Amino acid sequence: MTKSRSGLIVVITFLLAIAAAVIAIGLGSIRISVPDILETLFHSTAGNVNDTIIFNIRLPRVILALIIGANIAISGAILQAVMGNPLADPGLTGVTSGAAVFVLVIMLAKPEYTQFMPLAALIGGLLAATIVYALAWRRNGISPISIILAGVAVNALCGGVVGYLSIIYSDRLPSAVQWMNGSLAAKGNSVVSMILPYAIVGWILSFFAIRKANVIRMGDQVAANLGENVNRIRILLSILAVFLAAISVAAIGMIGFVGLIVPHMARFLVGSNYKYMMPMSMALGALVLLVADTGGRTLFSPLEIPAGILMAVIGGPYFLYLMRRSVF
Amino acid sequence: MLTVNSISIQYEQKKVINDFSFSVEEGEVVSIIGPNGSGKSTLLKSISRQIPYQSGSVELGGMNMKAMNPKQIARKLCMLSQKNQAPSDMTVYDLVSYGRYPHKRWFEKLTNDDRDIIEWAIERTHLTDYQERTVASLSGGESQRAWIAMALAQRPQILLLDEPTTYLDISHQHEVLELVRELNEEMGMTVIMVLHDLNQAAHYSDRVIVVQSGEKAMCGTPDQVMTTEMIREVYRMDSEVMYNHAERKPRIHLLRTAR
Repeated sequence: MTKSRSGLIVVITFLLAIAAAVIAIGLGSIRISVPDILETLFHSTAGNVNDTIIFNIRLPRVILALIIGANIAISGAILQAVMGNPLADPGLTGVTSGAAVFVLVIMLAKPEYTQFMPLAALIGGLLAATIVYALAWRRNGISPISIILAGVAVNALCGGVVGYLSIIYSDRLPSAVQWMNGSLAAKGNSVVSMILPYAIVGWILSFFAIRKANVIRMGDQVAANLGENVNRIRILLSILAVFLAAISVAAIGMIGFVGLIVPHMARFLVGSNYKYMMPMSMALGALVLLVADTGGRTLFSPLEIPAGILMAVIGGPYFLYLMRRSVF
Repeated sequence: MLTVNSISIQYEQKKVINDFSFSVEEGEVVSIIGPNGSGKSTLLKSISRQIPYQSGSVELGGMNMKAMNPKQIARKLCMLSQKNQAPSDMTVYDLVSYGRYPHKRWFEKLTNDDRDIIEWAIERTHLTDYQERTVASLSGGESQRAWIAMALAQRPQILLLDEPTTYLDISHQHEVLELVRELNEEMGMTVIMVLHDLNQAAHYSDRVIVVQSGEKAMCGTPDQVMTTEMIREVYRMDSEVMYNHAERKPRIHLLRTAR
């Protein structure tokens, strides 16, 4: 894997994600051609029908898919480095469902506190991550088996709480179902403006995390030997990963497998050096979730499949394929 | 150079190392030997701060290591574990370049000086032809040399080796130990290593420390330490020891389990 080639692949993937975004804006019950999209994006004339469709409906949704896809993929990439484990992903480890439980409590029990959802998600995610570390950590790190078991335990616990909440608040449940399945439908500009500042902070921090991730992926002993405070890096990077996953959960609910599969694809394409792997995960995550969401809303139109469900349908088999190739 | 002052290490209730002291002079090669479970690796790991000790202190160049920051220590001391694994697509050159990490701040890139040091470390470990290969594709001996090259690029004054030969066949074992001796002789690098093989310890070290049940059983030059009595006492083995007086390197021939 030569460095210039890896760099080129990263740049191409970013360009592909942008191109896919432009195309995705045009797809839907009313099709808009690419020249019209570009015309509207760069010389907006208020009042035009295209203008309303693009700026109020399609564009926020596309941007949201890009942001969330990037967030979850980066989160998975970081977790895989700090846990020294290719199976670490916000979904499998239970970080996502921990965050989801806390969001759901607000959504169903205390809807008047909606503005605290990102904070609640962060707390829930951190709690889940702490439980996973406590259950899976051994003297010499985390083995793939114990991470799966710890994730199963956390996910089961969260599943129980979700079940309990949905029985008590069954009257308010329909509004939460879309969210629970990880849907980007009807999310508008308000959600984009809610998540974007957090996401930008997360991305900047991820950029600074590249060097640390590169050292800690070599294992605790080597990292310590190179003069790093391993525990401190592990905690800080874990918090960053949970933060990125949690704000995504707060915005659109649970989307699985992006955090697992995208870093794998990124590693396959550009190698395991985080200098390339991290931006590659970001670009590829954005692209993959955008494709999943756009596919979900157009393939079976007028029926709309939440992106989370589509990701699970594609992600499950891919996960099995990875297991068969015994990547773990 | 390095002084260990009566350190004790405890796992839960069990004392693993008890009131252990020794010191190592600059330019010495010191081997730590002892049976399985005697605590010799634990001792080395506590010096490299992988395992905390409950009492005592370790001084590096006259400074208490607990008062030094990790980067400072990494520039002076490097520890190599018995088994290391590099990411599957990492090349020898990339691995060795990580040795420069403790000398860099986050915004600093590798300079030409760094590259010179990396290339020197690769050359010194006879890996020049392998530098673009992945570490994972090398044989056990070659990959151990690549890790030693990384340690060299770190430019430490003290190199700690935890059973550096365990996973290697005999010729590669000697190759690694000969490399260690060359580095010691040519650069004056101080080496502390844990070894299993008594003959290797006798042959390649200036001094040998014998650990038994977490305590220092003996310490001295190989010909002082390697006696049939010590081997019977510590390893429960009958043996013959031949002394080569010119070299002062005893050769040990193990016979049978002592009754």
